[in-house]
Amino acid sequence: MLEWLSLPLLLLLWQVLATVFAHRLFPSPILVAQEMWDTATAGRLLLDLGKTLARVAMAFVVAMLLGTALGIVFGRIRWVDRLFSGWLLVGLNLPAIVVAIVLYIWLGLTEVALVLAVIINKLPLVVTTVREGVRSFATEFDELGRVFRLSRLRRLRLIFLPQLLPFVLAAARTGLSLIWKIVLVFEVLGSDGGVGYRIAIMFQFFDIAGILAYTASFILVVLAFEYGVLRPLERRALKWRPVQG
Amino acid sequence: MATGPGLNIAVDEKRFGSGAPLFAGLHLQIAPSSVVALIGPSGVGKSTLLRMIAGIDAHFTGSITVDGMAAAAAPVPGFVFQDPRLLPWLTAADNIRAAAPACTEAQAVTALERVELGDAEMLYPHQLSGGMQRRVALARALAVNAGLLLLDEPFVSLDRDLVSEMHRLFRHVVDAERPTVLFVSHLIDDAIRLADRVLLIDHRPARVVADIALPKAPAERDETVLAAYRHMLERQPS
Repeated sequence: MLEWLSLPLLLLLWQVLATVFAHRLFPSPILVAQEMWDTATAGRLLLDLGKTLARVAMAFVVAMLLGTALGIVFGRIRWVDRLFSGWLLVGLNLPAIVVAIVLYIWLGLTEVALVLAVIINKLPLVVTTVREGVRSFATEFDELGRVFRLSRLRRLRLIFLPQLLPFVLAAARTGLSLIWKIVLVFEVLGSDGGVGYRIAIMFQFFDIAGILAYTASFILVVLAFEYGVLRPLERRALKWRPVQG
Repeated sequence: MATGPGLNIAVDEKRFGSGAPLFAGLHLQIAPSSVVALIGPSGVGKSTLLRMIAGIDAHFTGSITVDGMAAAAAPVPGFVFQDPRLLPWLTAADNIRAAAPACTEAQAVTALERVELGDAEMLYPHQLSGGMQRRVALARALAVNAGLLLLDEPFVSLDRDLVSEMHRLFRHVVDAERPTVLFVSHLIDDAIRLADRVLLIDHRPARVVADIALPKAPAERDETVLAAYRHMLERQPS
């Protein structure tokens, strides 16, 4: 019950503060909602949102697939881990903005450079999470598979993937929140459209209502994805786990 | 009536790493459809021997054959581990079907009914008590429909009532299906109640220090007779 009150409470607080400190640069949520409606119906909001989401989706899918595959290799093959774990450490600590700038210089202000920069930033996080997961696998289940002579496919489906799934979901959750943010930053830095690009333009005009309208729309999409896709998926995939607390 | 396979165990040497050999010249014949208890102290190699018979530990010299076939090539045995070892993400019925791919959903339920868990098919392992998990593990081993059952301490850490119940289930299966059974125990009581042959293993490298045939006929297995065998086993020098 309390969690349903959380966001309305935030909106109420915002409304109160906007009323108390009434100023052109501090619009109320009602004004921002009006701006959202206007930009969605008559402006470019949906187009920009679509462009950004396409970039997020592309970077997310590639980073998850590649990162999961590499994480499995790192977790299973000791020499690979020992030889390349330093690279992971570098990747984890590489400032996101540096990667974007370098790729923009090398490849130009292109779609490929932007998405690639996001993937490179996200990849080490997925690899590390999945690697730790694979390392923690219970060896006794492997023995179970061997005793009952399960085929490779059945071992993969019944023993390997169920152990991997919680870590992939954890990587997806943390990775997605990272990607949402850095895509916007990279769009501000250089792109031909998208939420970040539009916010950068609005910044030049101090259009706070516009910036907040775009931001709120983006957050709504993120929340819809979280509650509509990620959480139900997680609940369904992990329903076998004992309920905590 | 179908019978279980006969086993021929001829292990010349088995060791872990560069340590002292666990087995050196261990030779045993196990008759078809016999119920053999392996008892002895911890660390003597009983569980390792079961794994070698199951074909998952082939790092030894010598041979183990099941009805003349190399252990790894013989039909899949029914196996009960020391721990229930159920896959936590599968229901009780699906755990059974995971080990026995040919088993239908209805057959998995029947397997659970045999261990009196017919209403637990949709429950996950964390929803079952320790004793129930052990019974699912036993049902899983039986569902493989193997002529050979290998049980590693199947009754350890269960309360006495549950042990009696598991003994009754075990006898029922053995009488009905006549598998060959090898079970590891450190409890003499389990051995003399269930087995028709008890092998007492001791020392390192392990050797059989007592090989005792018990009467098969229920009429000859009254408490006095079993007490005499218990006494005999307890007096074995180790």
